[in-house]
Amino acid sequence: MSALLEIKGLTKAYPGVVANDDVSFAIQPGEVHALLGENGAGKSTLVKMIYGLVRPDAGTMTLNGADYTPSEPRAARASGVAMVFQHFSLFEALSVAENIALGMEDPPKPRDLAQRIHDVSRTYGLPLDPARLVGDLSAGERQRVEIIRCLLQDPKLLIMDEPTSVLTPQEVEILFHTLRKLSAEGTAILYISHKLEEIRTLCDAATILRLGKVVGECTPREVSAAQMAEMMVGKSLSQPARDEAEPGEVLLTVAGLSMEPASPFGTPLRHVGLEVRAGEVLGIGGVAGNGQDELLAALSGERRSAPGAVEFKGAPIGDTGPEARRKLGLLCAPEERLGHAAAPDMSLTENAVLTGRVRKGLDQNGFVGWGKAKGFAEEIIARFDVRTPGPDVAARALSGGNLQKYVIGREILQDPDVLVVNQPTWGVDASAAAAIRQALLDLAQNGAAVIVISQDLDELLEISDRFCALNEGRLSAPRPARGLSMEEIGLMLGGAHDMHEVEAAQ
Amino acid sequence: MIRLEKRPTPSRFWSLSTPVIAVILTMIAGGLMFAALGQDPVEAIRVIFWDPLFHPQFASYSRPQLLVKAGPLILIAIGLSLGFRAGIWNIGAEGQYIIGAICGAAFGLALYPSENILIFPGMVIVGALGGWAWAMIPGILKTRFRTNEILVSLLLVYVAEAILASAATNWLRNPEARGFPGSRNLARHPGTDNPELIAGTGMHWGVVAAFIAVIAAYVLLNRHVLGYQIKLAGQAPRAARFAGVEPTRLVLLCLGVSGALAGMAGLFEVSGPAGQISIDFNSGYGFTAIIVAFLGRLHPVGILLAGLLMALTYIGGELAQLMLGVPAPAIQAFQGMLLFFLLALDVLSNFRIRFGTGRAAA
Repeated sequence: MSALLEIKGLTKAYPGVVANDDVSFAIQPGEVHALLGENGAGKSTLVKMIYGLVRPDAGTMTLNGADYTPSEPRAARASGVAMVFQHFSLFEALSVAENIALGMEDPPKPRDLAQRIHDVSRTYGLPLDPARLVGDLSAGERQRVEIIRCLLQDPKLLIMDEPTSVLTPQEVEILFHTLRKLSAEGTAILYISHKLEEIRTLCDAATILRLGKVVGECTPREVSAAQMAEMMVGKSLSQPARDEAEPGEVLLTVAGLSMEPASPFGTPLRHVGLEVRAGEVLGIGGVAGNGQDELLAALSGERRSAPGAVEFKGAPIGDTGPEARRKLGLLCAPEERLGHAAAPDMSLTENAVLTGRVRKGLDQNGFVGWGKAKGFAEEIIARFDVRTPGPDVAARALSGGNLQKYVIGREILQDPDVLVVNQPTWGVDASAAAAIRQALLDLAQNGAAVIVISQDLDELLEISDRFCALNEGRLSAPRPARGLSMEEIGLMLGGAHDMHEVEAAQ
Repeated sequence: MIRLEKRPTPSRFWSLSTPVIAVILTMIAGGLMFAALGQDPVEAIRVIFWDPLFHPQFASYSRPQLLVKAGPLILIAIGLSLGFRAGIWNIGAEGQYIIGAICGAAFGLALYPSENILIFPGMVIVGALGGWAWAMIPGILKTRFRTNEILVSLLLVYVAEAILASAATNWLRNPEARGFPGSRNLARHPGTDNPELIAGTGMHWGVVAAFIAVIAAYVLLNRHVLGYQIKLAGQAPRAARFAGVEPTRLVLLCLGVSGALAGMAGLFEVSGPAGQISIDFNSGYGFTAIIVAFLGRLHPVGILLAGLLMALTYIGGELAQLMLGVPAPAIQAFQGMLLFFLLALDVLSNFRIRFGTGRAAA
């Protein structure tokens, strides 16, 4: 059988970095082919070349035996290559059908389109109502819009970039079912991910990239996840570990916290209650857009609430601002690194002042001590292994993983009593993620309380003592993380409300 | 094909050298334009850039004008730059300048004919308060009702102009002027005058205030927490809120400071170079200062240089009209070229230019 897409010697260099170096592999028709690699390994550049967004410097691609040199995504789509991006490009204020029509070369009449959306969504088991507003959809449903948009074009090759990062375990099952059905019908799927277990259950073949080069190929079902991880990272990873300890006194209490969202498509918080003790890691799971940002803002002091809704060591702090909370010892690291946790165009030294001013005494009589600030930045860089030429570099020049290490390190080195982190390892490569998790565990070990908000359930199960789920702005009652199964977690993520009503009634 | 590539960090070399290159390019392009108008380009450029300072005959008149014109521009632009850095757009400095002049002049005239030495400092304070209060209108409307400060501050310029007209023709009119509009001359009355401090330099208290403002803004932006917060709020508003910056406080502070400095500039002008409140007292300093602020890249030292350069092209332009008969629109086009080149070359400090086909090798 001849390959559907054959790639030979594809090379693409950007200033200072070779993103793809002589990459060759082939995808058979109907095959689910995994593209595996850490962040920065060159996966995105490679698929962008296949999808016509980036032109290769050298190398050839052959699609169905014919030369394939897409000059733009439209040409790629015309040749039967479709792509679902990690970040959706949808208009929240438009309906599903309108969004799909916008992405088509010549959209059919609205009524016919709605019918076709119905047909495709039924055939592939992707329930979706064409008339609903995208702004009201969950992340999983938005992804379905993108997938159906691709399927309407009848692709021969479907590229999916990190599709499960925003899905609940149940939604992942639905997606896999769809992908298997597509593959059985002869559509090849190029599946990008760094979640090894997923790849083992879904994919027929895998190509592993490291630093822009193909470092291995394997049949995922026949090798272990650990073997694949080693190929991907180039060394074996240590599992985060710590000693067992009894949790201490309650440091942070949230009770009956309700808050309207700041933006029209945000999620309101509804009667959120939690408490976290010294030496404990509380994991908060949930699919993106269920109130994670709002919860972090309420804890950091960016959004104020009734004084008693948030209590720190028994003192009401709900109506205080971020600086006052930092002074007490409640520190936060938001999800969005560039623009929220750090200012992109400012140097690392300036970014050290962003949150470190009060606790690190970086100012005197209102004047910033830049020497001290630089020393603090250098300490973060050294202690957290941040790869950068020095503290004078702008934050946006750092890779995602390095900046995340810097941001988390900045908070940890301020010796917090309570640390709240949102998505601490999102988009961070495996070895940096392991380092960050270990640092959070060490912090808890030393007597701090840590709240980890994350969509990565494996991560939460690995490091949390207790786990609760955030769903549509409601927080479930916490359960011990040890021994929780994926099914139980799935149920918590789906039906958190009832559990909380019970707790509130007590 | 030419491509622009974003630099990981802005280039220091280019951000320092682009202003010089821009001036040279303006001389070349402007020279071509003057040549097309039938003028000797070298002569015209010399009249604009050299003669205002060094012409044997005219320089004694035009040299002091440099500081007289640059002073208010710099003083206002420094205030505006703080707000612009924080993403707060006070476009109405012209109005704050007028109100500051009226309030300060009214204070001085109310005490007329006293010659107490405390009157002038009092006028400065009242002038600054007047500008501050006028800027508080868009500030409070923005923080309370989320109105747009660009529109409100701009429209208040026209209100201020109406108040100026009524002051000049009515309630501040000189009672001894036999019906002519305009107030008493403050510059010719000891106690209310803002004199030339060093003869032949054009240096008056407003110029001193401008220099102090440059230094204060430099220290504020580079050393003080407040300056850090201003920069942070402009570059990354979410990060600023995360850091604990109160947006409301920052809006009122930036608008207040820029209004107070504009008001002071107005007072120094009315008590010095202009001398009196008249219908056409305002001459666009408040608007030109916006250009000066951006020309100086919102940096205090940059604003100082930009203010001087801007003043030079104005004086040189007038001189060229006078001596060579160059039409006024040509001078404006020349000034426009300078702006154009400065802003266009700005791209070099953030981007790298690549020449290449970018085509896939087969």
